[in-house]
Amino acid sequence: MPRDESAAIRQPMISPRARRIVISIILAAICCFWIYPLLWMVSASLKDNAAIFANEGLIPSKPTIANYLRAWKEAHIGAYFFNTVFVTVGSVVIVTISSSMMGYVLGRRRFVGRRLVFALIAFTIFVPQGYTIIPVFDLLTRLGIGQSLWGVMLATCGGSFVIFVLLFAGYFSQIPNELEEAAKMDGVSFIKTFWYVMLPLSKPIVVTVIVMQTLYAWNDFLLPLVVTLANPAIRTLSVGVYAFRGENFIDWGGMTAASTISILPVVILFLFLQRYFIDGLAGAVKG
Amino acid sequence: MADTNLSGSPSQRLGARIWASRTDYLFLVPGMLIFGAFILYPIFASEYFSLLNWSGFDANAKFVGLANYAELLQDSFFWNAFKRSFIFTLSTVPAQMFVSLIFAIILNNKLLKLSALFRTLIFLPVVTPVAVIGIVMTIMLSPFNGPINMGLLDLRLLARPLDFLGDPKLVLWTLAAIYVWKWVGVTMVYWLAALQTVPAELYEACKLDGVKGWQVTLYVVMPMIMPFAIVIALISAISALNVFPLIQSMTQGGPYFASEVMEVYIFRYAFATAGAIPRLGYASAAGVFFGLSIMGLTLLQIFAVRHLRNRERTNAA
Repeated sequence: MPRDESAAIRQPMISPRARRIVISIILAAICCFWIYPLLWMVSASLKDNAAIFANEGLIPSKPTIANYLRAWKEAHIGAYFFNTVFVTVGSVVIVTISSSMMGYVLGRRRFVGRRLVFALIAFTIFVPQGYTIIPVFDLLTRLGIGQSLWGVMLATCGGSFVIFVLLFAGYFSQIPNELEEAAKMDGVSFIKTFWYVMLPLSKPIVVTVIVMQTLYAWNDFLLPLVVTLANPAIRTLSVGVYAFRGENFIDWGGMTAASTISILPVVILFLFLQRYFIDGLAGAVKG
Repeated sequence: MADTNLSGSPSQRLGARIWASRTDYLFLVPGMLIFGAFILYPIFASEYFSLLNWSGFDANAKFVGLANYAELLQDSFFWNAFKRSFIFTLSTVPAQMFVSLIFAIILNNKLLKLSALFRTLIFLPVVTPVAVIGIVMTIMLSPFNGPINMGLLDLRLLARPLDFLGDPKLVLWTLAAIYVWKWVGVTMVYWLAALQTVPAELYEACKLDGVKGWQVTLYVVMPMIMPFAIVIALISAISALNVFPLIQSMTQGGPYFASEVMEVYIFRYAFATAGAIPRLGYASAAGVFFGLSIMGLTLLQIFAVRHLRNRERTNAA
């Protein structure tokens, strides 16, 4: 009876399956349009400058890798690439370990001063980078790392640190007590419990933090720009690509090649981890 | 556990409790070093720096009280940048939230086979570094042979090429559109997360009651994910106020300061002085003023959220 009724009300013009196919086609068209600038970038990087200015189609008539060789040599993209990897890997390791430890004690333990730490963190969550950049630069200079990759790496750890701590704290606080107590009964130390029991349990957040910090470090612009103003040798890719543009604005082929090189690693990483990332982030937003 | 020591004086008990949690404090050390050095300290140091006339060398630092602020409030370029930061934010946040919500609602459909692929494609600009987007977009929008102008000319939508980044009237809107394009992917993920909190039974119930597709979205799903909208708006607004990289890499605030937002202004006085003496104290004052304005707005918003939630609760009761 209810079945008949609903069928009578919802008399679809086309079958749901056909509708989904139509929606998929429309979405595919939108997505092509959406990533057109990136497709164009890769395509231009494989053409010589004359072909780019001639505005031929997306598929290069005479593909060339000359742009990549020029970008790699003239723009020092190779060196900048390793600078960026150094900063990114270093900051990801430091941030993941320190924010998980801090999140763990804040989320699960009770100690004097816990509320104060939480309050300080909540107070700083929305501070813009323009507000802190001058003291950060000044501090790095005083520490003697104002013009070094170590300085960039350490200061990059501050970027989204607060959010990561809150993610870990929220996640850890929801894990049931039994596992931890069992470990305690077995005489496993606090540190070992954290490392072998709690951290593996929080894998979704660990992956999310790794991906987000990688994105942040790979993308970061203001800090590396400021630190490397006087020392071009330690530029990161973002800053290098930006400077290359300032010096060679006519060389569209070289610039698109440099750009393509600098997005490849993050895109590949993201394609591999996107499933965990979106799930982890979704879990975190929900929690 | 900590209360076993009831015989001691309060201070002794406090000492014992702190001693009992020593491993906890040890775990806090690495995080607190980063937090203290690169987040907490700069917030307070900025306020101190803003009271100095200072070029970056200690010997030159001179305490000038609130003089920087007095000068700031009279600087029309400061108010220009301040205004543009907020115009930029107020125009990008609603657009970004709306477009990403549409994407999320469509891609939340589990029966859509390729939805993971579409999500990834929409997410690609998020993964692309801003400096790269700056370059590619500058080329694409170029009035000389740029593909966008050529395309619009070919389609006869334009009579002559538009100078998207060189025209003071167009530049901020062009940047806003690019910004929205870049960041919609992230906001979409937040919306998708929000949509997952809507129980499947609800959709079933709607089906039985004969409520049609868009009505379900509008009258059932939307009210349920509204609390998320406030959080998403807040996160989006904060990141829009931090738009420095995109603008610096595309226009450096030009032409004629038409796209100069607060962070570009700060950068110009502190670091991009090109021959002139850097004014770190003055730039700090601008940063503090801007930061405090944002924090004020954040607090206002938090109170607004509380108010709304309380009202909801009383309505529900």
